[in-house]
Amino acid sequence: MRVPLSWLAEYVELVPGTTPEDVHAALVKVGLEEEDVHTFDLEGPIVVGEVLEFVEEPQSNGKTIRWCQVRVAPEGETAADGGDAVHGIVCGARNFFVGDKVVVTLPGAVLPGPFPIAARKTYGHVSDGMIASARELGLGEDHDGILRLSTLGIDAPVGTDAITLLGLDDAAIEINVTPDRGYAFSIRGVAREYAHATGARFRDPVEQAVPADVSDDAFSVVIDDAAPIRGKIGSSVFATRIVRDVDASRPTPAWMIARLKLAGIRSISLLVDITNYVMLELGQPIHGYDLDQLRGGIVVRRATVGEKFTTLDGKERTLHVEDLVVTDDRGPIGLGGVMGGAETEMGDETRNVLVEAANWDPVSIARTARRHKLPSEAAKRYERGVDPEIAAAAVSRVAQLMVDLAGGTADAGGSLISTAPAREAILLPAGFVSSIIGVEYTEDEVHDALAEIGGVITAVDGGFSVVPPAWRPDLTGREELAEEVARLIGYDRIPSVLPVAPPGRGLTRSQRLRRRTADTLAAAGSVEVLSFPFVSEADNAVFGSADGAPVASVRIANALDQTVPFLRRSLVPGLIGAARRNLSRGLTDLDLFEIGTVFLPEPGRSYGSLELPAGNAKPSDELLAALDAGIPPQPRHLGALILGDTVAKQPGQPAVPAGIADALDIVRQVELATGARIDVSQGSHRAMHPGRTAELRVDGTLVGFAGELLPALAIEADLPRVVAVVELDLDAVIALTDAALEARTIDTMPAATQDLSLIVPVGVAAAEVAAAIREGAGALLEQLSIVDDYRGQGVPADAKSLTFALRFRADDRTLTAAEASEAKLAGAALANERFGATIRE
Amino acid sequence: MSEPREITESAVQTAVDAALAAIASAGDSAALKQVRTEHTGEKSALALLNAELRNVPNEQKAALGKLVGGARGRVNQAFAARESEIVEAEAAAQLAAETVDVTALASRYRPGARHPLSLLQDRVCDVFTGMGWEVAEGPEVESEWFNFDALNFDADHPARAMQDTFFVDPPESHLVLRTHTSPVQIRSMLERELPLYVLAPGRVYRTDEFDATHLPVFMQFEGVAVDKGLTMAHLKGTLDHFVKSIFGDEAKIRLRPSFFPFTEPSAELDFWHPTFKGGARWIEWGGCGMMHPNVLRAAGIDPEVYTGFAFGMGIERGLMLRNDVQDMREMVEGDIRFSQQFGMVV
Repeated sequence: MRVPLSWLAEYVELVPGTTPEDVHAALVKVGLEEEDVHTFDLEGPIVVGEVLEFVEEPQSNGKTIRWCQVRVAPEGETAADGGDAVHGIVCGARNFFVGDKVVVTLPGAVLPGPFPIAARKTYGHVSDGMIASARELGLGEDHDGILRLSTLGIDAPVGTDAITLLGLDDAAIEINVTPDRGYAFSIRGVAREYAHATGARFRDPVEQAVPADVSDDAFSVVIDDAAPIRGKIGSSVFATRIVRDVDASRPTPAWMIARLKLAGIRSISLLVDITNYVMLELGQPIHGYDLDQLRGGIVVRRATVGEKFTTLDGKERTLHVEDLVVTDDRGPIGLGGVMGGAETEMGDETRNVLVEAANWDPVSIARTARRHKLPSEAAKRYERGVDPEIAAAAVSRVAQLMVDLAGGTADAGGSLISTAPAREAILLPAGFVSSIIGVEYTEDEVHDALAEIGGVITAVDGGFSVVPPAWRPDLTGREELAEEVARLIGYDRIPSVLPVAPPGRGLTRSQRLRRRTADTLAAAGSVEVLSFPFVSEADNAVFGSADGAPVASVRIANALDQTVPFLRRSLVPGLIGAARRNLSRGLTDLDLFEIGTVFLPEPGRSYGSLELPAGNAKPSDELLAALDAGIPPQPRHLGALILGDTVAKQPGQPAVPAGIADALDIVRQVELATGARIDVSQGSHRAMHPGRTAELRVDGTLVGFAGELLPALAIEADLPRVVAVVELDLDAVIALTDAALEARTIDTMPAATQDLSLIVPVGVAAAEVAAAIREGAGALLEQLSIVDDYRGQGVPADAKSLTFALRFRADDRTLTAAEASEAKLAGAALANERFGATIRE
Repeated sequence: MSEPREITESAVQTAVDAALAAIASAGDSAALKQVRTEHTGEKSALALLNAELRNVPNEQKAALGKLVGGARGRVNQAFAARESEIVEAEAAAQLAAETVDVTALASRYRPGARHPLSLLQDRVCDVFTGMGWEVAEGPEVESEWFNFDALNFDADHPARAMQDTFFVDPPESHLVLRTHTSPVQIRSMLERELPLYVLAPGRVYRTDEFDATHLPVFMQFEGVAVDKGLTMAHLKGTLDHFVKSIFGDEAKIRLRPSFFPFTEPSAELDFWHPTFKGGARWIEWGGCGMMHPNVLRAAGIDPEVYTGFAFGMGIERGLMLRNDVQDMREMVEGDIRFSQQFGMVV
């Protein structure tokens, strides 16, 4: 809402010299947040001039300019710019006549832009200033020619300061109005709030308009709502007043244009401007009909199936049965509370006007405005609630302005239908406000604050009975009243008291281990990234399914970027995107990880709930369970991507390129951080290198994969050929791992170390061989590590030689070499039995 | 080598002089070893003179013995002194030879980093767990009931439209990408015992365009407390404590009246930022209020018995304010330099 200060000052006392910033500072205390300040952004000297004479001079570029002599100061006086009383000015417009009063921006003036005015040579003359158009002054859009003051009904003496004359010295504050405070979409509401904030005296603009008597002779209106929404009749108030014999062609006064403009509304015509002006002033949307275009009386009803209507903006709309329409004998002439129709619109020829101010059901209006994408000024106010008691005053205020500004006479009587229910009183128990706010307010303070906002308060047993003011539909309970008291007395009265929570248990195990995983990976050289979870269908098809089986994905109905309307099933696409961005910035060695949510709906299942429980009561356990069951699984994954060199080339150290080993190291970091044992086995994944992919399992459950990206995919993504990636279901890793480890005794007897080289077929996994050695060697084998995987001379073509370093230890004695050898050979024997492994001498 | 026949002072002196000269000229431990063999070994002059003591008359034995013994002692002493000199010099030489240019050593370790948003989120969690609060989480694809209805957003209220919601297809499924962490309020109240003091951090989604100050995906943290007798003063006290923990002891909270469907009274919260780059000032950082009785009712809590407060703030904004990050896009682009400048500390 934008509020011109001159307008505000009509209804609440503004101390002279009050700046827009002062007003903002006051209003923010009562909850109206500062957005902006608007001014016409003009600097003088800008004065009224009179065109004394001009010569038309055709130019070589085809234009004809006028070389004008303009009087800008009374004869014998100096002009406001210090120059002569008559200025020679070149003007491109030709819509004026000798003797016209115009607005002259003299050298030294600045127009919005900023566009400084100076005497300058043009078209063979020195143009000593400029004759301004309405648009150049910020008054309107009209740029067809210069502004002739007579068109605004103004005839002021030459030399008069035009900035003041036209109201261009005004400024407007813009405030953010929260959805509960519809009344603040009016000068009336903001003036009242300013009074609350400052204690300044408030004068209700409603009181200056005396409602007409309701007359039986007045216009016929029938409200016929056969299908109220949620039991609320669509139009509970409908007031009309007729103004006859207006002169619609009269100009809108400059002050009104200026105020409307500052308030963000373009001047259209006098009659329309008056309806907008009163809407801004009172917060009551107004509709004016050309009475002579109406056929018969008005009936308000819901639209019928398939009914069509053309709104003011020229669009034909197919109506919905919930839409409220204002009809006459021909059918719809207005979409109630949202937008009027073209056929009965007020125009230049209009002589007789039917002024309407109604009150419409907020829910009905909200739905219609949304359905037809018509967020009009009227709908914005009705959705938030309009004071149901001011309709009659509003039509009278419009009628009065029409009589004053457009001539004509208002009918003595008007019509008024009001079925708006009386506001119910709210019981405010004594002490309640203090118990919520934490400030010991006196009963007087509570009473006075609520009285100040317009509440009608009665002392009752145990507290107050408060009838909220008509313009505050948001005040529906005692909590709302508590806020009003706290707000008016000031939130700064609220003390700071730290509550003591019962002892907590710290982070959960999952939270701790996730954090530790991230810390561990970062400490080991990985950089955490956070990607958006939006992906393409192909991303999910490629990375979201190991075997290429079709996958289901969550799709966003209103995605910002239509190329990625799905939610990720895998973290890898996001990591690839981050890697590509880094590469494009010249960062070629990358080790990235992300811990984040993936979205894993099951194929063939539909999620969500067609019906939702009500909001203000706890649903049954069954309903809650159904809501939860309708939410697709969203586990937290860990993804990592490594490319380039993992150790940079440096003195005495060649570069170490990234590969699957780095992916497996990430897995080992996760083991370290979570205490999990993650088993690695040869695996496959449609996005991965067929020979360089490991499946990862905890306790037999598949929890992810690690390896190298399929080179073709890497290259397609503009990455180097070798890209190591890992994806792990971190939630599953943590859930499958025992919470507490059982510690083993650390044996202190001397160790015996031996190596064992076995020749096995190429296809046998080292881990399988190691497992056999471990099993065969038994309890004496303390540790086994693979130290070589040799293929070539001395080893058959279809075999490989695996060398293991073994460390043996007994818990009760010093092992002899013979004992260690015996255990080693037992291990070799089992490997032989299982895989035909032979000892390589 | 001369063969001394007779123990004389001059013979002894000659042998000693020769030994001392040899010791002094030995340049390294190998040379010194050689000198030792030559001048103190079995075949050395002093050893032969010593052996000759067997043959001298008894009355001369004491005097000659002293002469030869003294000589041998002097030589051994000189030898030991020289040996320690050489060992020291050689150790020093080895260290000198091992000198490297410490500025020419690159790292074999690559600097990793946590994302500063995660670090700040962890930090926020630590402040609240330190106060005894617990940390709760909830799904990002959420039912509209949890995201709106249970939070007192009427289906037709303009507040529902002001949330710029991402809807899951088909919209009739009533699933959304949660627009705030507030659904976790409801989940916590449904799942936990009272009183409850819970912090809910996490990702939230709004259909904001992607620019320097807006992200369609961002991180919030939500605090919710439900207990008997909680007031706005407790809300303010909690937030005061929190901002002091993050921004220093001079930080404090100011509340301004506002509106949220799920709180009544509601407030915008500003905090005094004592170290803001452009000078200390009040800065807007989120919304809060006393929980609306309908929200308590949605979770089956009797508002006649319990009151609660809730607050919500954006982590991105916190990071911008705390660490002077100018452009939010840097937080989500994944450029490693952004996270690396923070390392493990925010």
